[in-house]
Amino acid sequence: MTDDTLMTPREPQLIALNVNGEQHEVITEARRTLVDVLRHELRLTGTHVGCEHGICGACTVLVDDRPVRACLMFAAQAEGARIRTVESLADGNLLSDLQRAFSEHHALQCGFCTPGFLMLAEGFLAERPEATKEEIREVVAANMCRCTGYQTIVEAIDACATARRRACARACDSKEN
Amino acid sequence: MTREEQGRPLVGRSVPRREDRRLVSGRGRFVDDIALPGMLHAQFVRSTVAHGEIVSVDLSAVRRVPGVVAAFTADDLAIGDITAQLGRPRSQFVPTAMPVLARDKVRYVGEPLAIVVGLDAYAAEDGLEAAHVEYAPLPPVLGEETALADDAVLVHDEAARNTLVDVSLFATDGIDDIFDAAHRVVEVDVTTGRQNALPLETRGAVAHWDDREEQLLLQTCTQVPHQVRTVASRCLRLDERAVRVVVPDMGGGFGQKCVVGREEIAAAAAALRLGRPVKWIEDRKDALSASFLAREQHYRARAAFDADGRILALDADVVCDMGAYSCYPFTAGIEPLMASAEMPGVYKVPAYRVRGRAITTNKAPTAPYRGVSRPQYVMVVERLFERAARELGLDSVEIRRRNVITDFPYTGVNNITYDPGSYLESLNLCEQVVRDEGWYDTRTAAAVEGRHIGIGYACFSERTGYGSSAFAQRKMQVVPGFDISEVRMDTSGAVTVTTGTMSHGQSHETTMAQIVADALGLDIARVRLHQGDTDRVTYGWGTFASRSITVGGSAVRLAAERLGDKLRAIAAALWDTEPEEVELAEGQVRRRGGDGARDVLTHQEIADVAYLRADLLPKDIEPGLTATATFDVFNDGTFSNATHGVVVELHQDTGQVEILRYVCVEDCGVAIHPQVVEGQCRGGIAQGIAGALYEEVTYDAVGEPSATSFMDYKVPTAHEIPEVSIHHLETPCAFTATGAKGAGEGGTIGAPAAVLNAVNDALRPTGTELDHTPITPQTVHRALNPEPVP
Repeated sequence: MTDDTLMTPREPQLIALNVNGEQHEVITEARRTLVDVLRHELRLTGTHVGCEHGICGACTVLVDDRPVRACLMFAAQAEGARIRTVESLADGNLLSDLQRAFSEHHALQCGFCTPGFLMLAEGFLAERPEATKEEIREVVAANMCRCTGYQTIVEAIDACATARRRACARACDSKEN
Repeated sequence: MTREEQGRPLVGRSVPRREDRRLVSGRGRFVDDIALPGMLHAQFVRSTVAHGEIVSVDLSAVRRVPGVVAAFTADDLAIGDITAQLGRPRSQFVPTAMPVLARDKVRYVGEPLAIVVGLDAYAAEDGLEAAHVEYAPLPPVLGEETALADDAVLVHDEAARNTLVDVSLFATDGIDDIFDAAHRVVEVDVTTGRQNALPLETRGAVAHWDDREEQLLLQTCTQVPHQVRTVASRCLRLDERAVRVVVPDMGGGFGQKCVVGREEIAAAAAALRLGRPVKWIEDRKDALSASFLAREQHYRARAAFDADGRILALDADVVCDMGAYSCYPFTAGIEPLMASAEMPGVYKVPAYRVRGRAITTNKAPTAPYRGVSRPQYVMVVERLFERAARELGLDSVEIRRRNVITDFPYTGVNNITYDPGSYLESLNLCEQVVRDEGWYDTRTAAAVEGRHIGIGYACFSERTGYGSSAFAQRKMQVVPGFDISEVRMDTSGAVTVTTGTMSHGQSHETTMAQIVADALGLDIARVRLHQGDTDRVTYGWGTFASRSITVGGSAVRLAAERLGDKLRAIAAALWDTEPEEVELAEGQVRRRGGDGARDVLTHQEIADVAYLRADLLPKDIEPGLTATATFDVFNDGTFSNATHGVVVELHQDTGQVEILRYVCVEDCGVAIHPQVVEGQCRGGIAQGIAGALYEEVTYDAVGEPSATSFMDYKVPTAHEIPEVSIHHLETPCAFTATGAKGAGEGGTIGAPAAVLNAVNDALRPTGTELDHTPITPQTVHRALNPEPVP
């Protein structure tokens, strides 16, 4: 083996990422994954790395509103897309309804998988606000949690969805009246 | 807080968790979130063979890889070994050194041989590719039969027949006669697969030398920070004061992180050598194959019964495959000693004999995973009762009723005294719930349709208040048990409390604060917990064996009460009354019976006097507001208990085991925070089901582990884990300061036995009984679809 074969292409490139509504320019290697760039270049460490092969879901973020595994995507591939991470959920110190539901239902213990589940649920409920508890359980099965046994995660998301539907129904009622 | 809740104690209420705000906002700080100026990243060159002499480790090409800063072998770093010790004679225990980096021999695939440090993790990984290691392979020792053979190849030269531990703790006189004369003797041969505790956050550490403090700062995710400090200081030849271990937020541990890992020590050594911060984050491949594993055990057990189904004697031979090394500080003794001492469990067993062995093999080493041997021996004992019930024509719950301990305190044949529990009550309630929900009728109806529905139970206790004396009985040379807590009030009247335990999901920031707030009559928001920092916390044994609330929480409670005494004494002096006339409640310091504004002080006003107006203190009261307390358990500990009831359906065509219902009746004494207790139960049950039905690391003929990704290691998701309904009983503990017993492990302990019993119940018409976990679809399918006889 010669030294040449050991050389890895490490040429940096400039990429632009839109994360949580802010535009960022990053100089980084082409091979860096989206989750690594979010965490280590942009210091948005809320998104976690659990397996780096797309199964555990700890790194789930929204790309153009859909939940994706940030470990299975190169950062460069996310150029031009709208990326949302867990840091976007709260409004300043005010937690979102989904975050509050997780806390109220004890849907987290160690909290490591939580950002992934939150973003999974955030994306899913936006797409299917009328989701049933069974459908929620199906979606929750996309990610791994080692602490809770999942039940309280399902309950938290279901409670949040139910509350949103009620609020929506009330809003519709008051419009009609 | 609602109006009705005001003034009521916080203990016993599911108050909002104080950890949650940062964790749901992405503002937690886990070890990989730490970034320091100039930080480098480490990866490990790991053995690709299971067993072999190391001929050479050539890192010259590694060092030339762009982005690689340094690469070190064991010889380069000259770090001391990690050696766990039991104080037992050589015939019972053989200590083996675990080098931080393998020196002469490798003993499992994945064993670290060298550390590569790069500008980032990518560069360090590039470096690994260029390492050249030459081995002289040796035959791998991979199973019990090979390991125990007379002419066995040795994993450690000093351990003959690859046996690290061989103890016969109990042998009742005349036990053979009891078996000979018994009405019925039943036997089981139970094996359990090798599992990974699998915290979602892999292991990791960031180390650097802090010039100003003249200290190595090792930030690492460990359940036992003080023990990591001890090992780091000894391996690196530093005073303990020159090592500070800090644990940030921790993404689970389950026992895998309650032993000292070699990589965190190696990363620290590299940081010292390079004079720069070094981070190591284990990737999932390494975490699956080369981290501490657990659970691979084999039980040959038999039990003698009389005609009424009363157990007369229990005889067991236990072999635990501990892999390549003894873990620090627990040693390879942890599993066989736990099983040997506690196997009779909740049953009145009059005669008992047991042999417990730990063997060493060329597999990744093991650590004490949640439950430690109890998932296995509970499965064994529960299987024996199921089999006896079958053979004697008794109902499987009724046979348990006739045998569970009902008179407390009860001293067992194993010399353990059990404190009061609700063994019979939990069993009765669990069966009642399953019956009332109609599952017995469902089972009957299903059988008519040719469907396979089974009901299974597990009734068990778990020792949780392990004090120093319980660990000393095991002859551990490093004896865990006690805990120290300090409560400190500042001049604003706010409180900081320290605990030597370390939460990795158990909600200590909330539960410990509940205890302190009650004792001091403070708002919980004014209490802050410090844990996991060896410079801030005097000493502690970390979190394992469900000890945090029983032992740690008791120390917290006692320290808070002491500080409360001082607050009362100061107030009494100011009022010229007796301390008994002062009460601390609802955020106030009040004179009993008083009703005027002059009979009420705030905590801040007392603190002001203690610190800023010490001239007002009487001579016998020292300035300042701190109190310390130590708590230990001097008897045999406290026993939480539970009964789990499971209904399963086996699918004829796929062999799938579907859990239709899961009922848990648990008793952990006083529940500090019921929601947290339920969370511990559900999480534990999920891990127990994982062990019963899904997860296993197997090794091929040359010692390659089968599970190196989540494609191969089947972690159950929300698809596989059912809803669990939990019913609480409460038998308060008389000798913890809070009345609590531990709640961390019960779920994991009960689930495998209950699931296995349910599967066997469903298999009853086939005549097949299974005694191995995980129960695979293949085994179930074979049992349901036997080959037609030609």
